[in-house]
Amino acid sequence: MKLRTALSSPVSRCLAVVMAAGLLATACSSGSNNNSSSGAGGGTLVVGYTADPNTLDPWKATQFQAAHLLEQVYGTLTQLDASMNVQPGLAESWQYSDDNKTLTLHLRQGVKFQNGQPFTSADVKSSLDRLRDPATAAVAASYIASVQSVDAPDANTAVLHLSTPDAGLLAGLATVNLAMLSKDDTEQQVMQKPNGTGPFSFVTRAPNQSVTLKANPDYWGGKPKVSGLQFRIIPDESSVVSAMQSGNVNFAVLNDPTVAKTAQGSGLTLDKTPDLAYHALQLNARKAPMNNVNVRLALQCAIDRQQVIDTAALGEGTPIGPITSPAFKSDPSAQPCPEPDVAKAKSLLAQAGFPNGLTINAIVSTGLYATSVNEAQNLQSQLKAAGITLKLQTLDSAAYVDAWKAGNFTAALALNGGSPDPDGMYGRYFTSTGNLNKVAGYSSPQLDQLFAQGKATTDLAQRKQIYTQISDNLVDNAAWIWLFSSYDYTAMTKSVSGFTPMPNGSLRNLWKTSLG
Amino acid sequence: MRRFARHSLTRRLVEAVLTLFGVAVLVFAMLRAIPGNQITATLGTESAALTPAQLASLRSYYGLDKPLPVQFFSWLGDIFTGNLGFSQRAGESVLAMTESALPVTIELAILATIVGLAIGVPLAMLSASRPNGTRDGVSQVIGLLALSIPNFLIAATLLTVVSKYAHYNPNAGEFQHLFANPGVNLQQMMFPALVLGFGLAAPIMRTARTSLLEVSSADFMRTARGKGVAPMRLRVRHLLHNALNPIITMTGIQFGYLLGGAIVVEQIFSLPGVGQQVLVGMQQKDYAVVQSTVLVIATLFVVVNLLTDFLYRVVDPRVRAS
Repeated sequence: MKLRTALSSPVSRCLAVVMAAGLLATACSSGSNNNSSSGAGGGTLVVGYTADPNTLDPWKATQFQAAHLLEQVYGTLTQLDASMNVQPGLAESWQYSDDNKTLTLHLRQGVKFQNGQPFTSADVKSSLDRLRDPATAAVAASYIASVQSVDAPDANTAVLHLSTPDAGLLAGLATVNLAMLSKDDTEQQVMQKPNGTGPFSFVTRAPNQSVTLKANPDYWGGKPKVSGLQFRIIPDESSVVSAMQSGNVNFAVLNDPTVAKTAQGSGLTLDKTPDLAYHALQLNARKAPMNNVNVRLALQCAIDRQQVIDTAALGEGTPIGPITSPAFKSDPSAQPCPEPDVAKAKSLLAQAGFPNGLTINAIVSTGLYATSVNEAQNLQSQLKAAGITLKLQTLDSAAYVDAWKAGNFTAALALNGGSPDPDGMYGRYFTSTGNLNKVAGYSSPQLDQLFAQGKATTDLAQRKQIYTQISDNLVDNAAWIWLFSSYDYTAMTKSVSGFTPMPNGSLRNLWKTSLG
Repeated sequence: MRRFARHSLTRRLVEAVLTLFGVAVLVFAMLRAIPGNQITATLGTESAALTPAQLASLRSYYGLDKPLPVQFFSWLGDIFTGNLGFSQRAGESVLAMTESALPVTIELAILATIVGLAIGVPLAMLSASRPNGTRDGVSQVIGLLALSIPNFLIAATLLTVVSKYAHYNPNAGEFQHLFANPGVNLQQMMFPALVLGFGLAAPIMRTARTSLLEVSSADFMRTARGKGVAPMRLRVRHLLHNALNPIITMTGIQFGYLLGGAIVVEQIFSLPGVGQQVLVGMQQKDYAVVQSTVLVIATLFVVVNLLTDFLYRVVDPRVRAS
């Protein structure tokens, strides 16, 4: 009875409560506009992040967000500078033996892990031994495949014994996927509480919300300029830009050129860095009709790379050849068809036995990167002019990865990561024993031989010559069609200064960045 | 009479449990039927480079090496002991994650419902007071707009315009829970609740309008009017009160829908609710997170529906009597 009166008496009373709640909300909102980022002594740099890091294990972190976070916390034996040259890291200097099969690393002295423990050669040995163990399932294990054993003759020296000379090894050691862990830490432990030698130490993580780091005053490179970093998860890239416009976020890496353009016109600083990663139409030369070199060359001749850039990526990119590593960069015009040539494409097709054109299936991912579908549609319309029907199979990222890794495609539109060293970039794809050769769909005895030569010498001039031959071999046989490389955009609010972007997208320089 | 009531309650509960079991089977099977697993989701195309030995090690790490029935029943068994599983990706138990995320979504759903009712019901009363008149037309157009403009468009526009021109964007700050920091929390909830509530207002308004029109032509209304009941009292006490049932049903259904349907809005406004938790879980093929969270949402949906049924009895003596 009582309940009934309470409820049935004026519904207007309910409405009044609703109005009151509404007013309260408005009152609160017009009150404090607290801006957490520019508080506390201008100390914490807030980085906008579109995804929650999917692991805190540096040896398994292939996701950009996870790698960008962990490279703040962990140190590597070598490092790369902004031109992708190898520089000392935790190893202060090194020397190769005469036969290039022994690498002696002299470690930096006085370096400490963030838990206070000293960093010694025992940690190097323990880390490298664990990285090479298949049970660890380290993603960069193939980078150190040439390492046969590791010795630690004294606390500051580590000796790597190699099965074959490996000129790409030093550049490979710079990846955070080969970060040095303390010999006393297991992977399970560092998943909960990262402990490295890097410029920032781990404070706390709220899944799907943020990860907070604080400056490591004992960092061997010097004290970071900001007191801490916060990686804040804002899933939508446009919302990241909105957050920067309101001043709550100071720094972000953007990938979508459309979004980057909106950031440009709104009082934010936007840096553009050519990316090592490359967009390519991968061909599977082990499947008909791609096993015919003239079909592959016809595709190369029919495609105008600049048009793909202009229509699919708002003009944001540059045509490329295979190698994007700065010191070994391929000449983009050094290919059988430097300019698009539809007539030649048609005659190549006729030679291949397809005078009336043919149909090719291609897999395209949605969700792996922003421009994929637009690129595919542009290629479709370009190839049509040469009589080639490109049938697109659009797959979600998981289905795409499944098909891609099984080599289960005739053609695949892909955005693949680049590498500072050309051997790290293509050795695993185009040597017959490479762990991605099934995906590459192409190998030849000449390429195997050239890649072996490229690893065997550490002489830069000689290596340049060898990798130019490799690059020419790849485009002359049209192993794949290399399209373009795009930019990494770093957006910053006006208060941020001193950040140096890197072609591999690394945020390793955040510790030199200041705020205010 | 009593026995009948108890019988019907038991039947509802059995139905509820069966529904939830069905959901569990479905979500478990669907997750495994779609391409990819946690290994490919974590490593992306790099997973192609794994050696067989590395792959075997990872499969056992993520528990993918066990037969499916074993995976299913050990998950279900754990649920009964309150263990919703562990997310390797987040480094936290699903229970702890849900404890943090669920209140966010429930708060959002409640605020959105309040906004929806506050817009929808007055609009319906306005429009039903003179059917086919100007105010009816205007209200109907507003309702149609709310129904047809997708919420992600309103959300993205609102966010961009307000942060660009007013430099106000509470959602860019660190998320604050309601009881930890109510001032900031309500600011962070304001835009999402408005966006969702606006969309919700449309079905509420349309249901309410139909129901109000039906009641207003009833005999007792004519009698009340003839007795000289004051217009405001007539509208609220007699008209709205008798038209409440369909409105409650509609709101109840929509509330359940909001629990899962807030995904897009949570994404745009970076609210760490269960919608985002499921979405990220799905992208990362984090089976434990998706399975358990979906089950929690389904349980809530069932509970809300039971409560809606109960609410009829409170509001409408006729339901109680039958």
